[in-house]
Amino acid sequence: MAAGDILSRIEGISPSEFVKGKLLSVQEYALLSARSIANLFKRPIYANDMIQQADIIGFGSLPIVLAACFFTGAALALNSATTLSRFGAQAVIGQLVSIGIIRELGPVLAGLVVAGRNASGMASELGSMVVTEQIDAMRALGTDPLKKLVTPRVVSTTVMLFFLTILGDLMGLIGGGFVAAIILGLDAHEYWSNAWQTLVFSDVFMGLAKPIVFGFLVATIGCYYGLSTKGGTQGVGRATTEAVVASMILIIAVDVFVTRFLMIVLGS
Amino acid sequence: MVFEDVFLAFDQKPLLNGISFRLPRGETKAIFGVAGSGKSTILKLALGLLKPDSGRILVLGHDVTEMAEEELFDLRRQIGMVFQESALFDSLTVRENVAFRLMEEGNISEDEVDRRVREVLSFVELERTIDMFPGSLSGGMRRRVAIARAIITHPEVILYDSPTGGLDPVTSTTIVELIIKQRDVSQTSALLVSHRLQDAFTMATHYFDQKANRMVPMAPNSRKDIPVTFMVLRDGKIIFDGDAQELAASRDEYIREYIS
Repeated sequence: MAAGDILSRIEGISPSEFVKGKLLSVQEYALLSARSIANLFKRPIYANDMIQQADIIGFGSLPIVLAACFFTGAALALNSATTLSRFGAQAVIGQLVSIGIIRELGPVLAGLVVAGRNASGMASELGSMVVTEQIDAMRALGTDPLKKLVTPRVVSTTVMLFFLTILGDLMGLIGGGFVAAIILGLDAHEYWSNAWQTLVFSDVFMGLAKPIVFGFLVATIGCYYGLSTKGGTQGVGRATTEAVVASMILIIAVDVFVTRFLMIVLGS
Repeated sequence: MVFEDVFLAFDQKPLLNGISFRLPRGETKAIFGVAGSGKSTILKLALGLLKPDSGRILVLGHDVTEMAEEELFDLRRQIGMVFQESALFDSLTVRENVAFRLMEEGNISEDEVDRRVREVLSFVELERTIDMFPGSLSGGMRRRVAIARAIITHPEVILYDSPTGGLDPVTSTTIVELIIKQRDVSQTSALLVSHRLQDAFTMATHYFDQKANRMVPMAPNSRKDIPVTFMVLRDGKIIFDGDAQELAASRDEYIREYIS
């Protein structure tokens, strides 16, 4: 794109139009999110579609979530060993890995992996349906696309990310344990005992509440960008990229607020 | 179907400028105009997929301009639509595409669904494709499957958006024959958007012979009995609304140039 084209696009958009456009997007996203939940209480409920999506999102993402969490747990153990050895406290690696993975890294990593894999898939699938008039055809056939396409994806992603996070947390601990026992030569029993005993209710609750929020964000953002696609195949590509970027950034940003909120609520 | 003084603009550019027309029961109205004149938009307005800026649209006695999306779902089940590029669902087989509306209703047995799917697929002469995916079909076959999907619930009105667009002349004739067959066998009302005048003239001069199982030309003195009218759009307004003979006899320069 020539410099002149970029300048003319910037000059062509007034600040008020820009702000209005962004506010409209936020409004439309909020409406889509609200309706995706409200549809759970209205017939028909597309249970078959939910199960199908759960298979695609859950089992499809499982290998990559497990791999990501395993290696992150291993890296966390390696890096923390260097610091802890300065204080002669390598034995507490289990506690550090456990709290880090369970409270923070497990949910965020699983969320980011699912965002990259599934927000893009949802945006591209729904975007392709928009540009080929399949969404209009669905409405013309008397079916609500939000009930048929969005709600099953939101429910499936939220539920499956919850379970993926649990399994990812376990793999993260295994990765840390692998490093602790095999590479650092620490006592495996001590590692696992410390990892287990250090956890309190607030750690576990925080680690399991976050994937519910992240799963909802990933699915609603993926579906929103997909259904808002304009501009043919180029638009589908753009929507896919924007869905991934937006969901990843929001996961990281919302994580801070959710963590603080839960710390206040749980008093930890 | 009645359009009363319908106005619609996109990005402050007027597209439809006070459109008013009636589609009586059993009639087929062919809509013509240059690209971007709002032909497909009229079909989407009729279905309530778009809302006009002003005006009223009555479909089967219901004012679609006042109805919420959820209320429109029930009405749309009585209207069939064939989209320009067929708009078949890629991830579903032909059977699942055609049976989509029946499956959504949920109160029909599998055997009955299967029977009705085979019935409409044999109407469009594509029963052998029942387990295939849309990606494996030719353009003409996809269009015929789209027609089967539109007619399976015996709708009272069918909307055709360029049903022969992008097809070769032989396949186009097959599609036109199917539309005539549907018109004459089921007496459905139809709005047909087309870029091919010869398709509409074929519809205005032929009928479907059920014994011969093909379309045959009507005798010239009987053509007035065929309920096909023509509507021409220009600059957001209707500049012609009448039958084939009135269109051919029109002295409007634009229309004469359009049909030449």
